[in-house]
Amino acid sequence: MNNSLWSDAIHRLTRNKAAMLSGFILILLIIAAALAPWVTPYGYEEMDFNNMTATPPSSDHLLGTDTQGRDLLTRILYGARVSLLVGFVATGVALIIGVSWGIIAGYAGGKVDQIMMRIVDILYGLPFIIFIILLMVVFGSNLWLLFAAIGAVEWLTMARIVRAQVIGLKNQEFVLAAKAMGVSNLSLFRRHLLPNILGPIAVYATLTIPQVMLLESFLSFLGLGIQPPMSSWGSLINDGVQYMEEFSWLLIYPGITFTITLFALNFFGDGLRDALDPKTSDN
Amino acid sequence: MLAIFVKRILLAIPVIIAVASITFFLVKLAPGGPFDSDKPPSPEVLKNLNKAYNLDASNWEQYVEYMSKLVQGDLGPSYTHVGRPVTELIAGGLPVTFELALYAILIALSLGIFSGVLAALKRNTLFDFIPMAIAMIGICVPTFLMGPLLVLIFGINLQILPVSGWGEIPGDKILPSLTLGFAYAAYIARLSRGGMLEVLNQDFIRTARAKGLTERMVVIKHAMQGGLIPVVAFLGPAIAGLLAGSFVVETVFNIPGIGQMYVKAALNRDYTMILGTTIFFSTMIVLFNLLSDLLALWLNPRSRDVS
Repeated sequence: MNNSLWSDAIHRLTRNKAAMLSGFILILLIIAAALAPWVTPYGYEEMDFNNMTATPPSSDHLLGTDTQGRDLLTRILYGARVSLLVGFVATGVALIIGVSWGIIAGYAGGKVDQIMMRIVDILYGLPFIIFIILLMVVFGSNLWLLFAAIGAVEWLTMARIVRAQVIGLKNQEFVLAAKAMGVSNLSLFRRHLLPNILGPIAVYATLTIPQVMLLESFLSFLGLGIQPPMSSWGSLINDGVQYMEEFSWLLIYPGITFTITLFALNFFGDGLRDALDPKTSDN
Repeated sequence: MLAIFVKRILLAIPVIIAVASITFFLVKLAPGGPFDSDKPPSPEVLKNLNKAYNLDASNWEQYVEYMSKLVQGDLGPSYTHVGRPVTELIAGGLPVTFELALYAILIALSLGIFSGVLAALKRNTLFDFIPMAIAMIGICVPTFLMGPLLVLIFGINLQILPVSGWGEIPGDKILPSLTLGFAYAAYIARLSRGGMLEVLNQDFIRTARAKGLTERMVVIKHAMQGGLIPVVAFLGPAIAGLLAGSFVVETVFNIPGIGQMYVKAALNRDYTMILGTTIFFSTMIVLFNLLSDLLALWLNPRSRDVS
């Protein structure tokens, strides 16, 4: 791995205030979501019958309660668990498929490359959102199916990026030298190709996470994703919409949390891209 | 050029057939029949119902029948809207969704291209920063949050615009169209800014300026032609996105288009309706993607030469 590239990148990243603030917000959110059962004294289904639709900030419930007396902050934090988990797991699925697909296509070249990329082209033209909805309808809203389905959609761009990188690398001297020394294909990937394409992969992965979270919350908003009493940001916003005339905080707080998270992810991703590839930072 | 066009069009046909087939068998995999409910009908009634809808035939026979009807534009009967064919329901909702999408795309294009081109021309000034900051909001705030927030502000707090419906009260088309158009305006603004910046630095622009053309002519006649190719290429995916957006916007604003119909069918498990609308949407998306690809190919002189 090229150490100076990465230390340079980290140096540039730490000087980018927006990206650092975003990173800080994200870490805070991840910790709060992971430790949700300890951060909040309430359960996500726990109803407080004395405090139905408590207006925030109330003494017992910082962000108020919903129409069933459930603590909103608690539900947002548990929703964060679902949203972040979907974000990371589905992105992971997309990474594994996309990177392997792109490396194989780019490295093999010729007919194999043509066929593999043609498949990607065709899949690109398909209405995947509708297919995910169909899967949810047919097999029921299963959390793991949701992860797999979203991941299976988001790998296409990753495959294209990785392929282009591999094609650029595979004829460079250090790769030819490694080949001449009889390095096996597998360790050539692992030791020589993968470290060099890690930058674009990392950037694209951070930008995929918000896409995935949007997709999940979109489905949950329509009632096709996470099912009650479990909460996700999409389903909380949906609940909020139903009562927004009287209890606007039920819409506003989940909405703000979601928006801040998406902003943070996008700014962090942009910052990472600028840090790893200073050439593109102009536009 | 023509060869590429024909090849792409021919490629779209098997894709549509494959989508229809996969959808058909996926729906067949769904647990439970269409007539399962809290009060199951007696076995005889169920048998007659199955016979009436030809559900007692084998999956393969049903598939062949469905596909041969599909070619003739018949998508079968709806299970929940008794006695009404799916085609008729889609035809009823289509004009509404089409109108909504049209307004949204017009808002997105005019707002997006205007602010994107302006931002590129006045780079690093407030005319650049402010529209791009707003575009970032448009990209980060999802439609299903933007819609309700606009309703909360303009409909409930300020009470200046109607909060739901379509074509019932004057002005009720404004909020849905804005909601749907805003996100795409943001993407288009970013794309046209990027595209314009790239083009504005090129030699032919300098030549055009050197010829003594007015700045206005340089921008409109020369720079925009090349700078907006990314926007054209984005239109295909944008239409697919508009469709998904229409699910949300029609649900939020209670608009009787095919988007709301689709979401309701999905929630009620009206399988023939889901099957029909899925095939319909997929065909539309494949066609629009094809159209925008071909348009981008045709606009880009470099790809014109290759063939």
